[in-house]
Amino acid sequence: MEGLRKKGKYKWELPVGYRPGMRVPGCIFADEELMELAAEDRAIEQVANVATLPGIVKCSLAMPDIHWGYGFPIGGVAAFQQKDGIVSPGGVGFDISCGVRLVKTSLSENDVRVRLDELVFEMNRRIPKGLGIKGRIKTPEQLLKKLFTGGAREVIRMGYGIEQDLERIELGGVYPGANPEKVSARVFERGKDQVGTLGSGNHFVEVQVVERVFLPDVAKIFGLFEGQVTVMIHSGSRGVGHQICTDYLGVMDKVSKRIGAELPDRQLAYAPLGTKEADDYMEAMTCAANYAVANRQALTHWVRESFERVYGGNVRALGVDLLFDVSHNIARIERHRVDGKELNLCVHRKGATASFPAGHPDIPSAYAGVGQPVIIPGDMGTCSYVLIGTEGAMRESFGSTCHGAGRVMSRSKAKKTIRGEELKRRLESEGIIVMSGKPSLLAEEAPEAYKDVRRVVDVCEGAGISKKVAMMRPIAVLKG
Amino acid sequence: MEFRTIEHTADIGVEVTADSLGELFRGAALAMVSLIVDLGKIEGKIEREISLKADDLDELMFMWLNEILYLLSAKGLIFKEFDVSISDCCISSKMIGEKFTPERHKVKEEIKAATYHELGVERRNEGWMVRVIFDV
Repeated sequence: MEGLRKKGKYKWELPVGYRPGMRVPGCIFADEELMELAAEDRAIEQVANVATLPGIVKCSLAMPDIHWGYGFPIGGVAAFQQKDGIVSPGGVGFDISCGVRLVKTSLSENDVRVRLDELVFEMNRRIPKGLGIKGRIKTPEQLLKKLFTGGAREVIRMGYGIEQDLERIELGGVYPGANPEKVSARVFERGKDQVGTLGSGNHFVEVQVVERVFLPDVAKIFGLFEGQVTVMIHSGSRGVGHQICTDYLGVMDKVSKRIGAELPDRQLAYAPLGTKEADDYMEAMTCAANYAVANRQALTHWVRESFERVYGGNVRALGVDLLFDVSHNIARIERHRVDGKELNLCVHRKGATASFPAGHPDIPSAYAGVGQPVIIPGDMGTCSYVLIGTEGAMRESFGSTCHGAGRVMSRSKAKKTIRGEELKRRLESEGIIVMSGKPSLLAEEAPEAYKDVRRVVDVCEGAGISKKVAMMRPIAVLKG
Repeated sequence: MEFRTIEHTADIGVEVTADSLGELFRGAALAMVSLIVDLGKIEGKIEREISLKADDLDELMFMWLNEILYLLSAKGLIFKEFDVSISDCCISSKMIGEKFTPERHKVKEEIKAATYHELGVERRNEGWMVRVIFDV
């Protein structure tokens, strides 16, 4: 942890000068233990790399789930001024708008347990997963264009959800400013027939039970109560995001060379805001953001169908409603107060979640009085959280908090030390049903491969960048 | 040509060493495909040729590996043999493989992309070396 200065119980500063070219300090939210874990890999160096980018405001931030990524660290947040600032695909990543949504039910654990095996079977049957598996929704080019601009609204119009869902999604289910003219033919090819597919890696659908409520008044507004069954969905923009990021890294690489940018990592190639290349990337990236939210909406539809099939009645009676949907890999133009001035900033969140307080213009009216729900997936054996955004986040972290537990063990080490089949048995002995096509993937995603999510959210609360509303424990997990 | 996987907290990397540049690019492709499926499960039923041009060798490696991922993701093709020739930051390759079938090929890892992070095609002793980090 050489070179780091402790600035508070949960805050560390990486001073300018830690590496040459830093324009602002780094700021990492962590306690001693999480800081030691962060210092074990190259994540801190990546915080410093981001601090060298032009137009960065205040500091290069990292949330407590920080770990080594590519370009930005995972858990990295950086805001750039519109004048003199930049946008970088390395600050968003390949899985553009990867995110989570939480679906509530009016069912209790006892209601669900009796037929939980069947529920998992039905979800597994309905939800396409893994590489090369096509989705169940055919998406010719004209329809893809509509999804790129219309996001969840468009997929609901096709019958996959209800109008009311839109009020429970970040920005009403449609990220504004998408332009399908800015994506390549390859994006259309890769996006074809992938809406409503889960993918692989750390993506999942998880059935959970609300174990504990921390803020009863807020939980009531969110419609959460102890013993309630919820479903968490974690997925992203699939091949669409991967191809857009690949295409625009090429574009940004050429821009960076042309303007003589000194890059500490080529993955951080950028374009100055206001240039055609920056505008094009933002418009293309927004297509992927909308595709991702459409994808999670379609996945929600299969989850609802599964509940109806297994527990009877309709989703309204079963109370299968959306709490919220939020992306944790995205760049957006947002308004923030810096040194007493209101500024439009390009905020990059790479493995970080927006954490807006009560009254923020970007949150649904239903939550306007309390703040934005923040959904934090944990590992499959521990627990997950619903948090709430705070004023502290607006002051400290450009309205951002963590996005999950954060990995601590590499995938190859996890596969060497953990056996997928054994892990499945262990989790099942703890009452957690696990379904995955690949035992090796289970090993990679084992609880011991992740930091303790409880510690991560406690640090976020201690640092004032979000507050705990409820904690959910897993009872069934569906993986790619 | 040799390759090995390298540790990365969130993702997966490979390090490839080879006597020639052509072998290095071939090795990087084989290393990546072998992360996705067992090479032994791929049959040689389809032949494809591609050529790519870049400004430098790092960019060429980035484009090469992502081209193979694009062919898998969009065209459903997976390859096990790469006959590579390189000159002046141009690669042309004849590739042999088949249609990807998830049930038969048994995916080990879905790779989203090859990244530029720490990517560097370098001279090493008498040969060449590269490290590539993949987003998974």
